[in-house]
Amino acid sequence: MESTRIPTPFAPTGIPGSKVEGRIRMNIVIVGHVDHGKSTVVGRLLADTGSLPDGKLESVRAFCERNSRPFEYAFLLDALKDEQAQGITIDTARTFFKSAKRDYIIIDAPGHIEFLKNMVTGAARAEAAVLVIDAKEGIRENSKRHGYLLAMLGIKQITVVVNKMDLVNYSKEAFEDIRDEYIAFLARIGATPRFFIPISAFNGENLITPSDKMPWFKGHHLLGAMDAFEKEPPKANQPFRMPIQDVYKFTSLNDDRRIVSGRVESGSAKVGDPVVFLPSGKKSRIASIEGFHALPRTEVGAGVSIGFTLAEQIYVGRGEVMVKASEVQAEVSRRLRINLFWMGKKPFNPGKTYYLKLGTAKVPCRLEKINYLIDASESGGQTKSAVERHDVADCVIELSKPLAFDPIARLESTGRFVIVDQYEIAGGGIVREALPEEVHVAASGKPSLLSRSTLGGEARARLLNQKPALVIISGGPGRNPNLAAKALETKLIGLGKHAFYLGLEDAQESESLQTSESGNAKIESGWEAEVPAAILGQAASLLLDAGLVVVAAAKGLDSEDIKTLENLVKPHALLQLEAPADAEEATGTTAGLVEEALGKLRGMGSI
Amino acid sequence: MEHDHLEQLENQSVYILREAYANFKNLAMLWSIGKDSTVLLWLARKAFFGHVPITLVHIDTNYKIPEMIRYRDQLAMDWHLTMVYGQNKGALERKETFPDGNITRLQCCKNLKTDALKNTLSGEWPRYRLNLQTGKYELDKNKDPYTGVIVGARADEEGSRSKERYFSPRDKNNEWDVGDQPPELWNQFKTDFAPGTHLRIHPLLDWTELNIWEYIERENIPITDLYFDKGTGKRYRSLGCYPCTTPVESTSKNVAEIVAELKTGKFVNIAERSGRAQDKEDGGGLETLRRDGYM
Ligand SMILES: Nc1nc2c(ncn2[C@@H]2O[C@H](COP(=O)(O)OP(=O)(O)OP(=O)(O)O)[C@@H](O)[C@H]2O)c(=O)[nH]1
Ligand SMILES: [Mg+2]
Repeated sequence: MESTRIPTPFAPTGIPGSKVEGRIRMNIVIVGHVDHGKSTVVGRLLADTGSLPDGKLESVRAFCERNSRPFEYAFLLDALKDEQAQGITIDTARTFFKSAKRDYIIIDAPGHIEFLKNMVTGAARAEAAVLVIDAKEGIRENSKRHGYLLAMLGIKQITVVVNKMDLVNYSKEAFEDIRDEYIAFLARIGATPRFFIPISAFNGENLITPSDKMPWFKGHHLLGAMDAFEKEPPKANQPFRMPIQDVYKFTSLNDDRRIVSGRVESGSAKVGDPVVFLPSGKKSRIASIEGFHALPRTEVGAGVSIGFTLAEQIYVGRGEVMVKASEVQAEVSRRLRINLFWMGKKPFNPGKTYYLKLGTAKVPCRLEKINYLIDASESGGQTKSAVERHDVADCVIELSKPLAFDPIARLESTGRFVIVDQYEIAGGGIVREALPEEVHVAASGKPSLLSRSTLGGEARARLLNQKPALVIISGGPGRNPNLAAKALETKLIGLGKHAFYLGLEDAQESESLQTSESGNAKIESGWEAEVPAAILGQAASLLLDAGLVVVAAAKGLDSEDIKTLENLVKPHALLQLEAPADAEEATGTTAGLVEEALGKLRGMGSI
Repeated sequence: MEHDHLEQLENQSVYILREAYANFKNLAMLWSIGKDSTVLLWLARKAFFGHVPITLVHIDTNYKIPEMIRYRDQLAMDWHLTMVYGQNKGALERKETFPDGNITRLQCCKNLKTDALKNTLSGEWPRYRLNLQTGKYELDKNKDPYTGVIVGARADEEGSRSKERYFSPRDKNNEWDVGDQPPELWNQFKTDFAPGTHLRIHPLLDWTELNIWEYIERENIPITDLYFDKGTGKRYRSLGCYPCTTPVESTSKNVAEIVAELKTGKFVNIAERSGRAQDKEDGGGLETLRRDGYM
């Protein structure tokens, strides 16, 4: 066994010891075409800076000798068995090392096209990038693709290293040819590299000391270039944005706060600030900033996961963006021009419904048209009807309901999105701009095949001794509005009222009404069918016309859905209540909600 | 400013926990009673403003150090936790364990941890739930499979974990397909999944061992004292089952001393789990276990 044992992967044990007070950490991703030497760069950097555990280098060398394989620095990193077998990097590995200046987390991304989604995952976590080009092979397809993906991912600090200079006799001309060609390419996509360095990773030339083999090169060595990267300061003066993750109302432990929660993506806000929620446009004011086991605060800035209570209680929920009334607002639209890269196995096709996730919003979307493809193979801007795997495209998409976002030029965090194809994140991109909306037939605008009674509601109300009303009991995940709604129905009947319960499958989960038993994925379906609120509204509207008090339980309704419902049941009254978060646990809380509903129904003159 | 990096780590973990809560109906958090998952539990209280609306699941191998179980139940009562445990009763009854001398360490881990976990999460084996009124465990009526499982794995623990995602899919057999993982960018996670599959969620992926202890110190999180030296010159660095866990040489008697000790770089070249005997049994013991659904 022992002799065939694969070397134990380099196990970074954190950076104890290097964690001097105030030391800064930086995430750097290493990208480039397959086999151009990314893992070798990282492995050699670790070895030369003394960042490897004692004996690790020797044990990997010994292993290679035993198995008659040439020694590879990549073995230090390629921690997983599959990779050692094939000699390529499959996924991004994270390793830690330090320079005199700071601590680095190095993300070694795979270069093989097959693993583009892993490269993207690695690069999206980085603050700066090192792009490796093989001096002998020159610029290849993924040298380019990775270049513009870095630009799209928002990574602005790029150092390009021309590696394997030993294979071209450390020739100045070879280096400069590649440099000039690549700079010209990057210029076309609006990017400029910070540094260009000729290196030989395997031989350690120009990695952490200047190279004697290339006296003609006067610039930084690689470590020097990395140390010259700047930590991006938090951007001041940006408008406040907080995508809502959830609105919590935990009633246990006598907590009566209703907390709008999320992470501040940009800007800052303080107690008393008037705020607006988009896309609904609802307004309120920040009453307090909430936390647990934290110092009380009156102001909060970017990057902080936080919660607010509001001065005026309004119905808002996950997916909306909180902005400040006094600042430039996020845009709201149903048609967007985007730049997109596609990683899905199946192409991004017009006519099929996908989901777009931006911030915490998740909205059905469709490809309207492809403006042009940004091509890595240089074969010119050919036209296509679908965006295929590994393509990057400029296109137009339409959404089934309005979305709040920022154009990427204004704000990054609310200008980026992913596209989900069935269960998988298949694409990622940035929003360039909002486009004018085409006229859409609202879900409620479809003519009904049924005709209804035209007798006035008055007589019916006298007969039943009640006025019809729709009571919606809603609630986010973990909440059980059905329980409360059924309790209310029972109570109303007990009081001699004509009540009727309707339950709606989780609106977020079953937009197609064909939810699978245990999965929570959206099943591909027609555009119009995806409005459960409309289905509920149509059913309720019939029952209301018949004079009943309809008690409906629905999870995951957003404010857009409530608007749809209001329109569909007009002129009948709509009362909306939220199920407590822990209704399942404490039945007492259901009773509270029933009382509240009865009180409100009496107040409205309904019962 | 001193703990700026802890601030960042906390914000990210809280974000992930809230995303998990918003996206999964049947969500569980694995609580091994160790330092990492206890920090995770604390972060949940942060995320949900003092509440923990997520079920905590403990896999009881029956070979945990008894103090750990007492500590678990005490915190569960104090913090009003929905506390559930599961166990491989069959293997224990049939004495198919390493301490009984009948199987290897790795096989024992599979029986008492991997299999127990698999069947507890799926609801196929009984779960026992703590009644906060009586302080006793009762058969849990809820048999639904958990589709989101929050785990306290950290990328710096060992090689294979450095390739994990925050939201990492597991197939029907709990298996992890390392070669085909979902992309993860800009805080958009994989939250859609096919029937029968589930997701492992890793809010602590970016934390290091030192970060964990610094945070325990900063927040004053109650932690089991098995991590401290009580005069023998030894303490546990990683807690597992007692037959397979050996303490390290250390005289750290409290959290502050552990932080100081880690900062000296004393353990820099000694893997954190080196006290766990099962990791050493084949070329990549932990990776083999993990692909198979081990925590
Ligand atoms: N001659 C020479 N060979 C090198 C140098 N750097 C890397 N190599 C070799 O190039 C091959 C590929 O190197 P890797 O570091 O595995 O390449 P990679 O870019 O990480 O590859 P993937 O991760 O699979 O995309 C290996 O055989 C290395 O030894 C160098 O400076 N000179
Ligand atoms: Mg590699």
